[in-house]
Amino acid sequence: MNYPYIPHTDEDVRAMLDFIGVSSIEELFSSIPVSARSSLNIPESRDEFSVFKQLKEISEMNNSLEDYAVFLGAGVYKRYVPTVVYDLAMKPDFLTAYTPYQAEVSQGTLQALFEYQTMVCELTGMEVANASMYDGATALAEAALMSFRLTGKEKVVVARSVHPEYRAVLRTYLEKRGFTVVEAGYDETGRVLLEEVDEETAAIAVQYPNFFGIIEDLDYVRSRSGNALLIVVVEPVSLALLEPPGSYGADIVVGEGQSLGLPMWFGGYSLGIFATREEYVRQMPGRLIGQTVDQAGNTAYTMILQTREQHIRRARATSNICSNHAHAALIAAVYMSVMGPDGLKEVARRSYNAAHYLQERLEEIGFKLCFSGEFFNEFVFNVPEDYPDRWRKMMEKKILGPLPLEEFYPELGDTALACATEVISKEDIEKLLEAMK
Amino acid sequence: MKMKKYTKTHEWVSIEDKVATVGITNHAQEQLGDVVYVDLPEVGREVKKGEVVASIESVKAAADVYAPLSGKIVEVNEKLDTEPELINKDPEGEGWLFKMEISDEGELEDLLDEQAYQEFCAQE
Repeated sequence: MNYPYIPHTDEDVRAMLDFIGVSSIEELFSSIPVSARSSLNIPESRDEFSVFKQLKEISEMNNSLEDYAVFLGAGVYKRYVPTVVYDLAMKPDFLTAYTPYQAEVSQGTLQALFEYQTMVCELTGMEVANASMYDGATALAEAALMSFRLTGKEKVVVARSVHPEYRAVLRTYLEKRGFTVVEAGYDETGRVLLEEVDEETAAIAVQYPNFFGIIEDLDYVRSRSGNALLIVVVEPVSLALLEPPGSYGADIVVGEGQSLGLPMWFGGYSLGIFATREEYVRQMPGRLIGQTVDQAGNTAYTMILQTREQHIRRARATSNICSNHAHAALIAAVYMSVMGPDGLKEVARRSYNAAHYLQERLEEIGFKLCFSGEFFNEFVFNVPEDYPDRWRKMMEKKILGPLPLEEFYPELGDTALACATEVISKEDIEKLLEAMK
Repeated sequence: MKMKKYTKTHEWVSIEDKVATVGITNHAQEQLGDVVYVDLPEVGREVKKGEVVASIESVKAAADVYAPLSGKIVEVNEKLDTEPELINKDPEGEGWLFKMEISDEGELEDLLDEQAYQEFCAQE
């Protein structure tokens, strides 16, 4: 049967079969065992209208987070994304999974990625940023590997206040390869507590604000890091208000870029941010887009420093990442452009204010803060023993409540991590308080 | 003791007493094209014969440089940081890469003399 969207005519098919010397399509696939062919239980073809109707019925069984009051952050954040962001980012011209090797046909994508890199540098206070990694966790692991290449050492100290899943990914990446991961604890402020690092340590990794929402004192961290490199995990929107890690002498800045215009999806895809100092660029993993001029002297963009990458350097490449998250980076670039520096600051400030108001209201009904350090838009507070059950029940009332922490930090006892972003209203907060009582 | 030897991986080695100066050959330089960056080893590093000690990036490729002998790196050509093109201009002179203190003179026997190297290049 012919379909208008399958371009091969009967004559085309005949010509191809004749060329390879096969009499029919059936003969072409004759090497596939009959048992394998007949085991595909595919129903008869149906018309588009009825398929669409059925799929719609299935999709309506989903819960949409749009309908929920979300107090769960922990690395992924519900934000409002202006519609223009997706009008631009979803233009078919941009929708390709392929890396733009061919600069002559990819100027739009390359320019967007170049702008993305520039904006990441501005936010983090660093000199060079790559065109993206998979996500925040793998970006941290890649940062540790980069610190080993730079220093020739094989140990990284990671704060326990770094996202627990990031630490798990870090161990997966490093330990089987013979590298050492050591954890540093935290004090009653919720900030990292560091011993003076030894000479075997390649890098110290902290999160800013950390997993508990607490703003780390990067001056203190730098003062304890000795000759080790400083890796800082960031939440990019917070950097619209906070002093960027680059000002504190960070060597590598990584983070999860989901909150820059990406929806929460169903656990991904997301966006790994990766920035460093220019002097380290040759040990940086990932694609890098540069600005240059073409033959006619016009501004043009192209991939640069590709000798770091595995299609040139094979086994000795700086990373085995071959596909990056170019489209996610493009969405982030459009989001940041639409918001502008003032818009991002407003998002950050509203998130901060909403979280602090939430904390005050919780305190009023008896929920005490767990740490004394200054927090950004997340905080840990003490909860009753039965909270995890209540947390699950809240979902029926369309509340995604603060995350129970016992699984991740048994030493903290009954606690939860609350989050508020710019989309949280007073009504949402009252709804949560009612459910918490 | 003073002599100049070559490797099948296209390094030249100029030996004077216990110190060997190492670079890439004119033939290697021609194959690579314009050199844009050189990654040199750290002074003091102990290396084994055959280990990757440096890498050279040209406009068309990245090539690893292997230690022709075992020993300790005692000096690197810092001029290459700002003038990597010296490798193209004068590969077997000003474009040297690093000097090393040889730890096993027995390994010298595995190196090629000039005639053997030329023959090797002609065959390749």
